[in-house]
Amino acid sequence: MNDSQPPLGLLKSEPPQEEKFADWDAVAATEEFRQLLRRKARFIVTACVFFITYYFALLVLVGYAPRLMERKVIGVVNIAYLFALSQFFMAWIIAALYVRAAARYDETATRIVRNFRGPK
Amino acid sequence: MSAPLWMFLAFVGATLVITWWAAKRSHGSDSFFAANRRITAWQNGFAVSGDYMSAASFLGIAGLIAFSGYDGFMYSVGFLVAYLTVLLVVAEPLRNAGKYTMADILAFRLSPRPVRAMASLSTLTVSIFYMIAQMVGAGTLVALLFKGSGITYEYAVCGVGALMIIYVTFGGMLATTWVQIIKAILLLGGTFLLSLFVLARYHFSLGEFFDAVSHVTYTVKGHAVTRNFLQPGLKYGSGYGPLDLISLGLALLFGTAGLPHILVRFYTVPDAKAARLSVVWAMFLIGVFYIMTTFLGFGAATLMGPDYITANGGTNMSAPLLAKVVAGDVFFAFICAVAFATILAVVAGLTISASTSFAHDIWTNVIHKGVERSKNEEVKVARLTALVVGVVSIALAIVLKNANVAFLVGLAFAVAASANLPVILLSLFWRRFNTAGAVAGLATGLAASIILILISPSIMGIDAADVKPALRHFIQSPAIFPLSNPGIVSIPLGFIGAVLACLLTREPAAEAKFAELKVRAHTGIGAEKAIIH
Repeated sequence: MNDSQPPLGLLKSEPPQEEKFADWDAVAATEEFRQLLRRKARFIVTACVFFITYYFALLVLVGYAPRLMERKVIGVVNIAYLFALSQFFMAWIIAALYVRAAARYDETATRIVRNFRGPK
Repeated sequence: MSAPLWMFLAFVGATLVITWWAAKRSHGSDSFFAANRRITAWQNGFAVSGDYMSAASFLGIAGLIAFSGYDGFMYSVGFLVAYLTVLLVVAEPLRNAGKYTMADILAFRLSPRPVRAMASLSTLTVSIFYMIAQMVGAGTLVALLFKGSGITYEYAVCGVGALMIIYVTFGGMLATTWVQIIKAILLLGGTFLLSLFVLARYHFSLGEFFDAVSHVTYTVKGHAVTRNFLQPGLKYGSGYGPLDLISLGLALLFGTAGLPHILVRFYTVPDAKAARLSVVWAMFLIGVFYIMTTFLGFGAATLMGPDYITANGGTNMSAPLLAKVVAGDVFFAFICAVAFATILAVVAGLTISASTSFAHDIWTNVIHKGVERSKNEEVKVARLTALVVGVVSIALAIVLKNANVAFLVGLAFAVAASANLPVILLSLFWRRFNTAGAVAGLATGLAASIILILISPSIMGIDAADVKPALRHFIQSPAIFPLSNPGIVSIPLGFIGAVLACLLTREPAAEAKFAELKVRAHTGIGAEKAIIH
């Protein structure tokens, strides 16, 4: 058997693939785990609704309001191009916010695992 | 020998050395299928970019923008924003609860054999469609680039096929990963230099550049016209155009997170956190690349114009021709070599994901009920599959030599979005989801995408007598379905198929295992570990 890193307080003597951890329902039922899922869901659903709306707003406006989108803003550069360009920054900002939020989810997840398995 | 050929041979030489190095370090399944799960986040970010930015992106989008202006840039936007779906929804649960393939996540709490068989069918379909588009592109490109050097379409297709077989069968996932990393660096570097050369022509003034973009003159049906290329609507402006654009957007947004060759990349990193960070790396690299398509595409439109490009090889040659015009023959050679590296890295990624799916899903789990009968059987089967996939792709690419196969990339995205993504989402987030739902969802999404494409303007249409054979429609009759992109219909159908079949049946065992899947997916307990030799 290959040596494996023991992350999340995993016992080294345990074979890594065949982990004995039968009490999935017990973990799933803890308040801490349910709260983790609620927090994650709140962030992810909000982020998804926002980015999907923002993205399809571009496609819909480009398709059905071309006169508005052709309006020039900086020199000859029009709303259509700037809106399209802003999508890149929107995606990067959401990714950055998610990474920050996910660092907190990681802490909670580590704590949940430790509570159930003991810190050994 | 020509300069492009030398540069291409240098790249091939380097990748073969990597394959030899990777082959020496490859022992066992985790090594072959998942590079021992020891690829770091930044490495995987580059590899995901290398796997994703296909010839369709580099050559295709540059050409689309050069000919259709702003509407071509819509592809660039969609290709990046799509990664938010990968980042927020798919990458981490997949890494935590799966092993080698997309089907692992479905088979987790559903009945493994039917689900794996369907998921693998869908994976193989996406891979083969995508592969044929890349191979035919490679062959056509070579025929144009090395005109007069004796290298024909057939040689090029066989060469690309042989190389991808070698990378995958000998070097497995480790070699494939490094081929993709090197290719991503070359592609980003080449695109950056090309953008600089374009901007230099406009004295590094964005104002001057966009002024030129706002009036491009070219010939339409014998008349010279001047158009503002920043204006939307040159391609998707009339009739069903806007709806087609939205349908395309849907397929990109939901298809990327269902592309099997992208999903398997997340098994190569040590844990879910590394998977997450690798998506962020990829989003940065892919975003920068697609923003630069502004300079490639619009640069080609302003500095050469559609007429010149048409006369010198056509849409897909826009980027290489631009390199020649702005920086001469040596840079042209470099950009051509980059285009090849691009194709090679993508086909290698497709080959390994197709072979992994066949060996792990069909062979081991469907046919032999999850038991490897001899040591390393799964890897042996995967190697053999890679060989078969390679040979079949070569044969198909040669048969389809003069066919217009650009729509196959769109089809691959449509299948990924309509068949794969709905069932991945439902199995991760809906307790009630079951085997019948997964099989029906995959089947409906797959069938709907293929049928709608077959009756769409990509396949059906009436051509004038003077249209070249390569550009003629396969079926000479008016299209039944008006959109070239089926996503807006096929994605909802995929979801409806999955949900309906699920509501008609009950599977208590699948519901009982939902808690385990949740805990595994969100805490990483029991996730596959990195292997340290």
